[in-house]
Amino acid sequence: MLEIKNLHVSIKGKEIIKGIDLTINAGELHAIMGRNGSGKSTLAHVITGKDGYEIKGDILFNGESILDKKPEERALMGIFMSFQYPVVIPGVNNTYFLKAALNARKKAKGEAELDAMDFLTLIKEKIKLVDMDESYLSRAVNDGFSGGEKKRNEILQLLTLEPTFAILDETDSGLDIDALKIIANGINQYRNKDRAILAITHYQRLLDYMKPDVVHAMIDGRIVKTGDIKLAHELEEKGYSWLVN
Amino acid sequence: MSNVIEKVIEQDYKYGFVTDIEQDTLPPGLDEDVIRTISAIKKEPKFMLEWRLKSYRKWLNMQEPTWANVSYPEIDYQAISYYSAPKKKELKSLDEVDPEILETYSKLGIPLEEQKMLSGVAVDAVFDSVSVATTFKGELEKHGVIFCPFSEAVQNHPDLIQKYLGSVVPYTDNFFATLNSAVFTDGSFVYIPKGLRCPMELSTYFRINAANTGQFERTLIIADEGSYVSYLEGCTAPMRDENQLHAAVVELIAHKDATIKYSTVQNWYPGDPKTGKGGIFNFVTKRGICLGENSKISWTQVETGSAITWKYPSCILKGDNSVGEFYSVALTNNFQQADTGTKMIHIGKNTKSTIISKGISAGKGQQTYRGGVKIMKNADNARNYSQCDSMLIGDKCGAHTFPYIDVRNPTAQMEHEASTSSIGEDQIFYCNQRGISTEDAISLIVNGFCKEVFKELPMEFAVEAQKLMEVSLEGAVG
Repeated sequence: MLEIKNLHVSIKGKEIIKGIDLTINAGELHAIMGRNGSGKSTLAHVITGKDGYEIKGDILFNGESILDKKPEERALMGIFMSFQYPVVIPGVNNTYFLKAALNARKKAKGEAELDAMDFLTLIKEKIKLVDMDESYLSRAVNDGFSGGEKKRNEILQLLTLEPTFAILDETDSGLDIDALKIIANGINQYRNKDRAILAITHYQRLLDYMKPDVVHAMIDGRIVKTGDIKLAHELEEKGYSWLVN
Repeated sequence: MSNVIEKVIEQDYKYGFVTDIEQDTLPPGLDEDVIRTISAIKKEPKFMLEWRLKSYRKWLNMQEPTWANVSYPEIDYQAISYYSAPKKKELKSLDEVDPEILETYSKLGIPLEEQKMLSGVAVDAVFDSVSVATTFKGELEKHGVIFCPFSEAVQNHPDLIQKYLGSVVPYTDNFFATLNSAVFTDGSFVYIPKGLRCPMELSTYFRINAANTGQFERTLIIADEGSYVSYLEGCTAPMRDENQLHAAVVELIAHKDATIKYSTVQNWYPGDPKTGKGGIFNFVTKRGICLGENSKISWTQVETGSAITWKYPSCILKGDNSVGEFYSVALTNNFQQADTGTKMIHIGKNTKSTIISKGISAGKGQQTYRGGVKIMKNADNARNYSQCDSMLIGDKCGAHTFPYIDVRNPTAQMEHEASTSSIGEDQIFYCNQRGISTEDAISLIVNGFCKEVFKELPMEFAVEAQKLMEVSLEGAVG
């Protein structure tokens, strides 16, 4: 589904990602672990098309290069990112925002757009999956939400928009154990054989609930080791220094 | 018209066309003879001419105000023509209106032929200096409502005019209002009789067409005891390279238990988006008085046009328990400048005022909120809530806030909130990542920002206002 080929990324001349090759197939969940500043979030931003990076190499999505595509085009192709820091949009109703996003997708696929009533029925089903109160629907997007509520709201968007590929950028950070379980449960509801996930994290604890197929260790802009869940445990125990040499 | 201008019209300001009709236009310049001529053309009674001359003499000794946070080239008041009207006169019915003019209004989306009208909206159409058509006049007369061109009211209802004209905005009020008092040409007059809830929305569409003319209209609305009226004005103008002056005066009078809701969608030509050349100078004085107990005046404005806007719709809360409201969305894009806000003057007991102001600046637009709340000595238990929010789009625009508060009664309750935000790249990217295009994202965010004000507009105009914001913001983010 996603193929990253010899990717180099710099910001203002400083190289952050120094040659990454990565293939993620449908049905797989890959985890990338690494310390702060190792280039994990930059990788997520480059895949989703955020501005401000100098890029070499290529990224293919379902066989097609996406580097020339705008962020919204990539989103409509099926790429989704759960933001590390979800953005507040004052005054814009959460339901209205999600409906606009879902209908943009429907329109791109040539499907009929949902009207307000149908959408409300759908969203009321979805919100149960992340154990959020319906009152969140009428509030402004992420406005006044706690850290945990914002993350749940991201997963609510994931479950509503049903993209084929989801990047979870530190979706577990700042969550207590109950919230973590709810989020993991939401993500597991999303998973199926046609969808793939790239989870970026510092810790193994979210992975314990999600059971990744592949775990990568990222240091200083490179993937230095690839393994299975055992690698996550090893990293949690020993840190990253042993990989540097 | 050159090709270049035509191209711009097509792309940007879609109301920028000129109607080609024969007009009677006075040569540029202003002196007592011009005023006598205007008064004579309008066949005005003597008191009206005297009032005009009194205003003119006062004006000669006044200075153009410079305190507003706007800059513009000096206006040459002798280079402006003070009267311009379509040639045909003495219209008895809509059928006699020049088809070119009817065409103009239908291009603007305002059909004047009654059978095609949206039910529930009566329209007065002012073309340059005169009112050309008023719809549903007969229907309204049945209910005792007077809705007619101002000049007609001067002739048919001189008692009402004499009683109320200048009672809220005196002829000495300020430089532009005084000029207007001397040279005003037309506008709308509304009288709602006791106890009547006006059966339809009333609206006036102002159109400046002729070159080098100023538009000085005068609107007077009187809501008698226990009545209700909702009134809307819309404004457009052709695109011209030179600036044009618009200096209107609006006076509202709400008697005991009466409510006046006054909404404005102002979309005068804002000037060339690339050079800032041309555009309307909009220097307007709007004020209402809540004369009787439990009366209410509510101003709602959506200001997207004009090169310069100078405008402070205000309320004098004289009656006990009276209520004043001001809801405003002002947008400045490209080279536009706006200094706008409101004044709430609390005189009566238990008077209440609400101010919600939303300013949006994009391009090189500069915007100032200027608001005054005054609680007089006898205004026991007066309350004010003010909220001024500014939004910046891009990094070349500016927002400024000047709230003035003057409280002379210790029982007053005052609340003031202000915020400044910008549409950040992170917000746009967040929307993009969810599949929403940049243009849609901006209109989503701006509409969210303006929601509290839009919901105050009559339904059909709320939709219009939203669309207008989208058009006016086109290309705001590069």
